[in-house]
Amino acid sequence: MTEATVKKKLVYSYFPGCSLEGTNEAYDVSTRNAARVLGVELRELEDWNCCGATAYVAVNEKKSFVLSARNLALAEKAGLDLVTVCSGCYLALYKANKYIGRNPKLRAEVRNALRAGGLDFAGNVRVRHFLEVVVNDVGEDAVKRHVVRPLQGLRVVCYHGCQIGRPFGDIDDPEKPNLMDRLLSWLGAEPLDFPMSSKCCGGLMMTTHPEVGMKLTGAVLKCACRRKADAIITACPLCQVNLESRQEEICRLVGCDCGIPVMYFTQAMGTALGLGSKELSLGDSLTPVEEVLSAKGVLS
Amino acid sequence: MPMSATEVRDLSKEFLEHVYAIPEGEKINQCIQCGTCSASCPSAEAMEYGPREIIAALRAGMLDRMFESNTVWLCASCYLCTVRCPAGIPFTDVMYELKRLGVKKGLYAKGTPNAVMARIFVDSVQRYGRNAEMRLIRLFFMKTNPLKGVGMVPLGLKLLKKKRLKFGVKKIKGIEGLRKMLAAVEEEEAQR
Repeated sequence: MTEATVKKKLVYSYFPGCSLEGTNEAYDVSTRNAARVLGVELRELEDWNCCGATAYVAVNEKKSFVLSARNLALAEKAGLDLVTVCSGCYLALYKANKYIGRNPKLRAEVRNALRAGGLDFAGNVRVRHFLEVVVNDVGEDAVKRHVVRPLQGLRVVCYHGCQIGRPFGDIDDPEKPNLMDRLLSWLGAEPLDFPMSSKCCGGLMMTTHPEVGMKLTGAVLKCACRRKADAIITACPLCQVNLESRQEEICRLVGCDCGIPVMYFTQAMGTALGLGSKELSLGDSLTPVEEVLSAKGVLS
Repeated sequence: MPMSATEVRDLSKEFLEHVYAIPEGEKINQCIQCGTCSASCPSAEAMEYGPREIIAALRAGMLDRMFESNTVWLCASCYLCTVRCPAGIPFTDVMYELKRLGVKKGLYAKGTPNAVMARIFVDSVQRYGRNAEMRLIRLFFMKTNPLKGVGMVPLGLKLLKKKRLKFGVKKIKGIEGLRKMLAAVEEEEAQR
């Protein structure tokens, strides 16, 4: 290991996103606590706003870029990479950053809007997903060094969802992502082959068009079930909610009976790092997450 | 009322202008109608027209039919069509453009659930600078189908028991600045 890598400070601006202030608080809690154990400092971005994701883009794209850009401008001031765990926020911020960087006309318009509210953005910020930060910046050696309760015997399927690899493929393969599989294997778990890893969970359609959304989520659950996985691991709050919230009903619809626990990768990681149920908000889950971890004897 | 040929032509022109402003958007002209997008789309089965047919309709002067169909609003932004398109068309962005044009011109069936949700979402951000989940869900079911909202009560109770429902909405401190930024975009758009 070179001196530079040893000295590299793991400090980032942290963007929780709206969903982590609501139904997915457990993702926020487990992220902050797991990061602390890994020696990663996440400084919450001061006065962050909505990233401008999917539902906003459908009404006005320029404004959605401006929403993202306000966050990017705040992160630029802080001088740190902007890290989020929500895949929706990640893609919205990343895409805005990329498009603003590539299109001078758009950049001029966005900066003009930011200035109207007393901010500016020169374009010197990197947007990162926390999953990729753990895998690439913390890295295999350091993660393994911090594991105190290896997830031995835990058969998992890693469900990456759409918006980590797609559309750009800059941090992982667009169709066969494996960031989480690598991480979970470092933690001692057994990641299974999972062909549904980057298939769509239905996103917001679970609410707006449940007849379509439930089929898509159902296909993911059924595949996990057929592989006799002990748990599904997620990296997106919307995937998590879709897979856990109406699981029984969806399983009936697609003809399986799994009652499978669904947890954020930060909860699985935190468990291996020796954190307890409270520090990871495991009890928040609507599926038997604590039960399966206890049964495998890995919960502190 | 069906659109006249002239109206459809103007609509297609405006649509293409916006698509060309998307990075790689001009590639829409290189579509070879192979159908990879439709074969990849997870929602295609439920769509009245498949993604491929959108470009076919554009070329045939029938773009207005796409707005009347359920197709556009069933795109969940999974980007599979985009990464697989052999012509390199950013098709998910094209779908977004159709949604936006539909919202702008009021060209979608009344009560289209995703369109209703999108508008409530935008309103929340204008008010608070952030999305307010509970407000979004409550208003969404009130404006679309209150009966279905009643069907969500058991799930709501489960989430409530886990203390996962947050009712208060925190306004960001810089809300005034944020509103000025959004107003600047509106001004710029009005000048065009």
